Amino acid sequence: MEAPSKTKKQFSIIGSHKTKSVVEVTANIIFIVCAFVAIIAVLAITVYMIYSGAPALFKVGILDILFGTTWAPTAEDPSFGILYIILTSIVGTALAILIGVPIALMTAIFLSEIANTKLAAIVRPAVELLAGIPSVVYGLLGILMVNPVIYKLEKFIFKDDPNHQFTGGANLLSAVLVLAIMILPTVINISETSLRSVPQDYRNSSLALGASKIQTIFKVTVPAAKSGIITGIVLGIGRALGEAMAIVLVCGNSINFPLPFNSVRTLTTAIVSEMGYAGGLHREVLFTIGLVLFAFIMVINILLSTVLKKGGKKDDK
Amino acid sequence: MTNSVSIYDKKKRPGDMALLIVIYICAFLAVLLLVGIIGYVVYRGISVVDWQFISTAQSALNETFGILPNIINTLYIIVITLLIATPVGIGSAIYLTEYSKGGRLVRLIEFTTETLSGIPSIIFGLFGMVFFGTVLRLGFSILCGALTLTIMILPIITRTTQEALKTVPESYRTGALGIGATKWYMIRTIILPSAMPGIVTGVILSIGRIVGESAALLFTAGSAFLMPNNWLTHPMTSGGTLTIQMYLSMTKAQYDNAFGIALVLIIIVLGINLLTKLLSRKLDVSRKS
Repeated sequence: MEAPSKTKKQFSIIGSHKTKSVVEVTANIIFIVCAFVAIIAVLAITVYMIYSGAPALFKVGILDILFGTTWAPTAEDPSFGILYIILTSIVGTALAILIGVPIALMTAIFLSEIANTKLAAIVRPAVELLAGIPSVVYGLLGILMVNPVIYKLEKFIFKDDPNHQFTGGANLLSAVLVLAIMILPTVINISETSLRSVPQDYRNSSLALGASKIQTIFKVTVPAAKSGIITGIVLGIGRALGEAMAIVLVCGNSINFPLPFNSVRTLTTAIVSEMGYAGGLHREVLFTIGLVLFAFIMVINILLSTVLKKGGKKDDK
Repeated sequence: MTNSVSIYDKKKRPGDMALLIVIYICAFLAVLLLVGIIGYVVYRGISVVDWQFISTAQSALNETFGILPNIINTLYIIVITLLIATPVGIGSAIYLTEYSKGGRLVRLIEFTTETLSGIPSIIFGLFGMVFFGTVLRLGFSILCGALTLTIMILPIITRTTQEALKTVPESYRTGALGIGATKWYMIRTIILPSAMPGIVTGVILSIGRIVGESAALLFTAGSAFLMPNNWLTHPMTSGGTLTIQMYLSMTKAQYDNAFGIALVLIIIVLGINLLTKLLSRKLDVSRKS
């Protein structure tokens, strides 16, 4: 028993085979290399985003870019203020979360707590398919279904306001509605998984104490699944923040302060709509916009993998 | 009055009822949305999609519109992307589940894999344009787009393979090693075949993602819609996929064409969904037996 572990290893069949066989070693190395691809990719993306986005920050001036409000990249005296673009992304994402998350949470509760197998067999595939529909298709439906409805609403609200610039429905509100629909599957899936992982004992105890089913759901099950639900919401934020093709033609695409009925431009749509023809400093500033978006996403990712994952593990114990 | 004391007599809670109704409405909103989306796309697209639509290239001369080049470009991108991403993704998953012994490196790999799946496609597009397009001098080409998408779908393949490998019973491994198999031999002949349905599901999910992708391809694969002249050198030329062509049609307000492509895309997505369902059912069966 006291023998050192080295001698023990020599007796292992696996151990001796591993060292003998060249194939084994090669296989091992190949797999390690494959595993490193992800690390290299993230590193390369980070490096190249900074490399191509940072120079413009200093050429134009950090404050002028991040806190400037005039965007005139092709003017004779160009100015590259992206404050409104950043604000639009933040406000748009926040509103989409505000609309989408309650619906998604209720649907997740329905799937995990209320629906019988037959009803769940209708709703769950529907949610999965919603996740699979390409974002350009959402964009097309946004233009032809959401925009006209919002335009009617706009005409109704602003009919007595001569100062309002009509957007034809292509405004922040339309983009928010499209985004709210697009984040549904993400939030539903992750919330449902975490609701399902709440031990049945919790529900039984609560019901035995005389709580009704709904009380049990909202006072016991949902709080117990809190960390998973928050993870779902954060992933939804990432999805809404990064979505480009679905809203590029829906949001109106002129730069304004993010009010619901203003034609607006987000970080993503700014890149999509101008990258095609931009050159020189203008192009570099578009990369800076990409860098800002990337910074937001990285903050979300790091938040997810450090704070939320650890919080979840504590809850499990 | 005595009845109200009985525990058999359920107390009516209006608040509960209201919440329950809200829950039902929200759940069926998802179904309604899907039915609405598919219904509207089919309604608008069905008259556009005919044999000519999917079997010819668009021609300004004849004033006809067809999406055959876009279908070919999409297929090229799917094949090239999967050829690179599948081995790497599976290899990464094998390392994580079979070889690694935990620790900082594994956490780093898992963190970066998760990060990759959280990065929006427009960022992949920008990176692909700079790195594959400018640094590696691929320009706007199908290969450039495929390489960009490789990084994008890597996490999907890695994760689904990892899940599939985890479902292989531990006794398979100890059994194989116990009768003298080496590790790689065990993985090759026992573990991978057992995990195959899960891996194939991951690959099919990736196809779905590639077919629906647009933002990452706009600045990497470009938007050309010409029939390939030479099948071998075609990947080096610019080529727009179905989604890109759909976006271009939208910007030109050719909504009929856009709906035609949308219908084709939705049929592909439905097919892929069905296929993964069948496969995961097969996975369940093999687990039971």
